[in-house]
Amino acid sequence: MSKATFSMGGVHPHDNKISRECAIEQLPLAPTVYISVAQHIGAPSVPCVAVGDKVKVGQVIAEPGGFVGAFIHSSVSGTVKSIAPRADLAGRASTHIEIAVEGDEWAEGIDTTDTLITAIPDDPKAIVEKIKQGGVVGLGGATFPTHVKLSPPPGSKCERVIINGCECEPYLTSDFRTLLEKGEQVVVGAALLQKAMGDVPCTIAIEENKPEAIAHINEVIARLGYKNMEVMVMKMMYPQGGEKQLIDAVMHRQVGSGALPISVGAVVQNVATALAVYDAVQKNKPIVDNSVTVTGQCFPRQANLLVRVGTPLSYIIDYLGGVPANAAKIISGGPMMGRAVANLDAATVKGTGALLFLTEEQTRRAPETNCIRCGKCADACPMGLEPFLLNKLSKNADWDACEANAAQDCIECGCCLYSCPAHIPLLDNIRVGKGFVLGAIRARAAAAKAAAEAAKK
Amino acid sequence: MVNIIIWTVAVVTVLGLVLALVLYLVAQKFKVEEDPRIDEVEKVMPGANCGGCGFAGCRAFAEAAVKAPNLDNNFCPVGGNETMAKVAAILGYEVTAKAPMVAVVRCNGTCEARPKVNEYDGYPSCYVKSLLYTGDTGCQFGCLGCGDCVNACQFGALSMDPVTGLPVVDESKCTACGSCVKACPKHIIELRPQGPRGMRMFVSCVNKDKGPVAKKACANACIGCGICAKTCKHEAITVEGNVAYIDPAKCKLCRECEAMCPTGAIHGVGFPKPLDKEAVKARIKERQQKEKEAANV
Amino acid sequence: MNKLLVSPSPHIHSKDSTKSLMLDVVIALLPAVICTFIFYGWREMVVMGVSVASCVLLEWAITKYMLKKPSTIGDLSAVITGILLALNLPYTTPWWVVVIGSVVAIGVAKMSFGGLGQNIWNPALVGRVFLLVSFPTYMTTWSAPQGLFGLDAVSGATPLGAVQEGLLQGSTIQEIMSAGDYSYSKMLFANLGGSSGEFCVLALLAGFVYLCIRKVIKPWITLSIFGTVALTSLIFWGIDPSRFTDPLFNLLSGGLVLGACFMATDYVTSPMSVKGGIIFGVGIGFLTMMIRYFGSYPEGMSFAILIMNSVVPLLNMWFKQKKFGRK
Repeated sequence: MSKATFSMGGVHPHDNKISRECAIEQLPLAPTVYISVAQHIGAPSVPCVAVGDKVKVGQVIAEPGGFVGAFIHSSVSGTVKSIAPRADLAGRASTHIEIAVEGDEWAEGIDTTDTLITAIPDDPKAIVEKIKQGGVVGLGGATFPTHVKLSPPPGSKCERVIINGCECEPYLTSDFRTLLEKGEQVVVGAALLQKAMGDVPCTIAIEENKPEAIAHINEVIARLGYKNMEVMVMKMMYPQGGEKQLIDAVMHRQVGSGALPISVGAVVQNVATALAVYDAVQKNKPIVDNSVTVTGQCFPRQANLLVRVGTPLSYIIDYLGGVPANAAKIISGGPMMGRAVANLDAATVKGTGALLFLTEEQTRRAPETNCIRCGKCADACPMGLEPFLLNKLSKNADWDACEANAAQDCIECGCCLYSCPAHIPLLDNIRVGKGFVLGAIRARAAAAKAAAEAAKK
Repeated sequence: MVNIIIWTVAVVTVLGLVLALVLYLVAQKFKVEEDPRIDEVEKVMPGANCGGCGFAGCRAFAEAAVKAPNLDNNFCPVGGNETMAKVAAILGYEVTAKAPMVAVVRCNGTCEARPKVNEYDGYPSCYVKSLLYTGDTGCQFGCLGCGDCVNACQFGALSMDPVTGLPVVDESKCTACGSCVKACPKHIIELRPQGPRGMRMFVSCVNKDKGPVAKKACANACIGCGICAKTCKHEAITVEGNVAYIDPAKCKLCRECEAMCPTGAIHGVGFPKPLDKEAVKARIKERQQKEKEAANV
Repeated sequence: MNKLLVSPSPHIHSKDSTKSLMLDVVIALLPAVICTFIFYGWREMVVMGVSVASCVLLEWAITKYMLKKPSTIGDLSAVITGILLALNLPYTTPWWVVVIGSVVAIGVAKMSFGGLGQNIWNPALVGRVFLLVSFPTYMTTWSAPQGLFGLDAVSGATPLGAVQEGLLQGSTIQEIMSAGDYSYSKMLFANLGGSSGEFCVLALLAGFVYLCIRKVIKPWITLSIFGTVALTSLIFWGIDPSRFTDPLFNLLSGGLVLGACFMATDYVTSPMSVKGGIIFGVGIGFLTMMIRYFGSYPEGMSFAILIMNSVVPLLNMWFKQKKFGRK
């Protein structure tokens, strides 16, 4: 069987899925959790509890701060201790709601049983509303509010829902374990998304290195009798799970620069998001926990943990035996796109998918040498850009040229820096250029809008 | 032989005349009418093209200056009052002298006072680093130490001190063009008046964290305690967002705040003598005692 | 616990480094080097040794004493330049001529532009062409190869040189060929007079295949050179076989294989995109054939590569790969 893949670039890092045999286990509750109100893309949520309030698991503690925003629910039951700025894993302060844990009492109306509910509501709008109420955001890493993604702008129509089970990042196994252990729920979640988008076909994309998951999901789809849903086996290639790359691989359509997937009729949701959709719609259970892979060759106790949102990273690490002596870097997420942790006291957020421990040898950057113009970065770029050129333009602060050479299309997948034999920090600099170009594009759009409004008057 | 010489001379002469004519006609056709004063102004500019005035270069500044109705919004920080006087003379404008400025680094979180808590391993640029996280020390406001300001300075006035890990301004070279101010992602560098005979006071910290947090991150941080503001007789110091700021226009250089600052965040520069802290403190105490007595009476 | 490292993503890196890529090229060149040692004996070893040693020493000295920068000889690019330069010289070249070639290759063509990655022209070729125009006697006097194991070898001019000479004297190709006994098998196994790397074709091709398998280079440039040379000579040979040499002869002679596999594919001086690379290769092939057929030098590979090197920036600008989701 031929395997689908995207049309340009990509790299083949060793997949290192060393925690693939570890079943998902529940992490004991931390004594205190810190729930950030800014853990999704868009406006930070507004806290709707006060210090001293008693909260239950699943109770709303912050409301969306704008159209692109999400509900945030308490992940534990207990007392709100403070609502104050607290440093995230990069050391930046944002408002966190601190809750001292007392017992584990769930809010009313939440179904905490394991019974599989396959009956799908008829009204797409009701599904989207429930997803919104459940505080579901994209759990693949971008944490974009799901209900916004499921509300296509007028004029665009969804033609296919893609469930992203590629997990192309090395080391990560939480999606794989979710597919294996909660395959039924994921499939029903996918069916809910199909319904929400108007009974469109659905593809569950899984990379070839997860044959157990592929077999299991095929079996589940057949058992539950979904006709309009298929599993697509993807070639093992990074970044197969990038949204634009996945749409290219599955539908052979390329999302244009600055456009949304819906512009080519696609809606992509991660496996974990599909599970969250199932929980939110069928069980009334908002996102209060997510599965986190804790792994790394230097980490003695590999695990896939079900972690309540807001658990301090140090608590998770201590539970598994502390930071190993030879660990040089801790990464929240995968090794290609994850963020290095500067502050171990930071709390997990909905989008935290992994904690990865790398040794000095694995991660320390080699000194930069002259560009040898080998073009490996351009070959590796899945967006067809020229990283060596953008790097230079960015360093020269030539933002116009950056824009002309499409710095804004960069998806920051890291393939260029990964493949550069001269160890040039290409992506570090391109990110700067991308930021300035996007800023300029936004400023132009705002100016054009203002001009149009002025013309109206 | 003679023939050849004559022919050569003739051909070259005719060719020269024809080409001269062509050049002349083309020059006439593509002539751009321009205010001749632009050239004159440009001539008196420093020619650094640093952009410190807010324009792309000296030429752009000259064009803007000629167009503008006065010189209030156009000032060349590099050339200073001298250059501006010349420009004003050319354009027939009046110019008010501005106090000469200098770049001031408002962070004194030395390696010693502000221990590193992690190690940065990316591209050595403050901007890149600031996009990633708050820095390799506990202070999220302090200098990142990668030297973007040093790279931005066209006059070689900035250098990194390897011992403190902070940039140092060479006042003799600083032209106050403001490139470093723009380059610093943490907004630490400020242009302040040089002050009389180079004497000036400033708060060398921008940490907006509350006292204990700031103190924990850096021994030299301004903790926003407000002692300086209370001490100051001239109302030159304000504390806003847990950090003190000295208004250079009001500061009388008495150095009392410097003596009283518990963390040493207030710096006095250019004074002929080192500060005798105890003497100043005693003086302040005496004065406050008198004030108290006066109030009691 | 140590201080944690913090850096922007990605946090891992492929095993490729400049050094590992260059080492692959050296490995790919080894069969050809060994072949030349076998066919040309100890004098070739001297040329090779002097060339590599002087290139490496020179780069080390320039970085240390002139640029005052950390040494770059560890990346092995100077070794490659040295090997390629030696393969481009006849084994009879005196050692001091080899040293002059190295000075031009490393000092002028490479380091004066800023070192590896900054040069416009292939350093080894610049060195060779400099020697070719400065010391034509040494560069075109081919004496009999003295095989390491006493293998038979033929003395005399290179096949291409003989062809040009013969044509000037009014002979036809067929006459020249039968007179010189330039059989294809001899060309494949390197026992003809010429630059030492000109005729160990099989060894060179083995190295090329190795590089392609290791994904160090992409085959497009080399293949398009071969294709263009074959096609161009086929056309001319078809028109007049008594004046123009046949395609196979052209493919196997005059360092074409060495140039196409190892010199034209040099990262620094070749275009990055596939499209640009093909046009680059077509240009080299065509120019080579034009110089061979109509130029005053018997062989044109070096000149063709250098000329096309000069247009690489343009090719890089004009032939970009397609961007995702754009027209």
